[in-house]
Amino acid sequence: MAEMFNKLSVLITEHAFVRYAIIVGVLIALCSSLLGVTLVLKRFSFIGDGLSHVAFGAMAVAAVVGVTNNMLIIMPITVLSAVLLLNSGQNAKIKGDAAVAVISVGALAIGYLLMNIFSTSSNLSGDVCSTLFGSTSILTLTSTEVLTCVITSVIVIALYVFLYNKIFSITFDENFAQAIGIRAKLYNLMVAVIIAVIIVLAMNLVGSLLISALIIFPALSAMRVFRSFRAVVICSAVFSVLCTLIGFIIAILWGTPVGATIVAADISGFCIFSLIGKVKGR
Amino acid sequence: MAQILCKDLELGYEGSSIISGLDLTVNAGDYLCIVGENGSGKSTLMKTLLRLRQPLSGTLEMGDGLTADKIGYLPQQTLVQRDFPASVWEIVLSGCLNKCGMRPFYNKAEKKRAYDNMEKMNILHLKDRCYRELSGGQQQRVLLARALCAAEKILLLDEPVAGLDPKVTAEMYETIYSLNREGITIVMISHDIQAALKYADHILHIGNEVFFGTKEEFLSSKLGKAYSEYFGGEEISNG
Repeated sequence: MAEMFNKLSVLITEHAFVRYAIIVGVLIALCSSLLGVTLVLKRFSFIGDGLSHVAFGAMAVAAVVGVTNNMLIIMPITVLSAVLLLNSGQNAKIKGDAAVAVISVGALAIGYLLMNIFSTSSNLSGDVCSTLFGSTSILTLTSTEVLTCVITSVIVIALYVFLYNKIFSITFDENFAQAIGIRAKLYNLMVAVIIAVIIVLAMNLVGSLLISALIIFPALSAMRVFRSFRAVVICSAVFSVLCTLIGFIIAILWGTPVGATIVAADISGFCIFSLIGKVKGR
Repeated sequence: MAQILCKDLELGYEGSSIISGLDLTVNAGDYLCIVGENGSGKSTLMKTLLRLRQPLSGTLEMGDGLTADKIGYLPQQTLVQRDFPASVWEIVLSGCLNKCGMRPFYNKAEKKRAYDNMEKMNILHLKDRCYRELSGGQQQRVLLARALCAAEKILLLDEPVAGLDPKVTAEMYETIYSLNREGITIVMISHDIQAALKYADHILHIGNEVFFGTKEEFLSSKLGKAYSEYFGGEEISNG
């Protein structure tokens, strides 16, 4: 055990990329777990998956067009999709899960198609794989990327705290909020934008296919045990940060893929919380 | 000036109209019941009154100092709420949100307001309970307390007794009636014409035949006579 801690502390102190990865990982886990509670309750659990596929498609478009800073294309497209999905709300013709599925599958297919037709890379499936699973990119972050992530996360967390009561109200009962004079549409829009930003950021951490886990597991686990919105939000944030840290440490020590290990930690946490919920008799 | 004034209102979805030519006046302290068959547009009308949707044509004015932040609303329960992890306190307090403006958190006055309304609705002992574990009647009381936090002048209720047993239904009606006597205007959608005639002083019937007027006018109208014959008129007019 002591030997492992030694190895870990050496890794963390000697390698900047390990420190970067941990900072970014924890921040993204925190942000996505906060918004995850709202998304799960609004029946948008799969939006993480859907939007990350959109981001993947946008990335392919950026690669084909040949833009140097691909965020210029990824961010607007993903934000737009998030707004379209979340703001259509209860009155849409294609609702919640179906709308997410349409966008998700569509964007994935178009993205892969574009990459296949126009790509010059010799290792196409490798590129696609690492984009989807984020197997390496978190360990190759530059200091600029870390700074961007830190600033964005701080803004997201501050906004979340500031809008907390409004978010509760529009999640629980959007019509009521609007009826009593809350600008529900505006807050919905803000939440949609925040979610899109988080997902684009999170693609760097766990990759497209595993973002959903960071959104769903903390919220679901917290809901197994706690019965008030505030407790669920706080618990889900703590849960997410802890699982991410544990996942990271295991991944670094045993050289397992980072994203998948974090999700495995989330699944274990979910099982433990489900048991606690059962024992508490609910 | 009336609190709500509708003139020649036409409601509907995407061009096809459900109700047309609707004139409606609601004054402070009124108790208006909206009755009519399923699909006749009762909920649509209420959503229009709340400005959640736009009328196809006609005018809808609010007067007598009535603004959105003085309206309380008791909606029908949504699917999301059935497994929503929220304490009773959090839900009731969220009714005060329209008093906050840009301020991110609730102040003492708002917390007191929520507390008082819970006391009024007799749900103070449920304060820390989880909403989804309550009975149907208790849940409606929670939502009513929330609506009261938001309401200063008028309360709009969309089938407040749907799914409740007869005893709880009667209690709910009494509670709403006592609020009305305290001076809050009530606009309520109901399937229950008997109860509507017992408590309300104005009736709006929508559907094939549109009627708006006082309870007495309704009872002497053709439509009202048909109902009172159906239910046995004396019992109603005595109530």
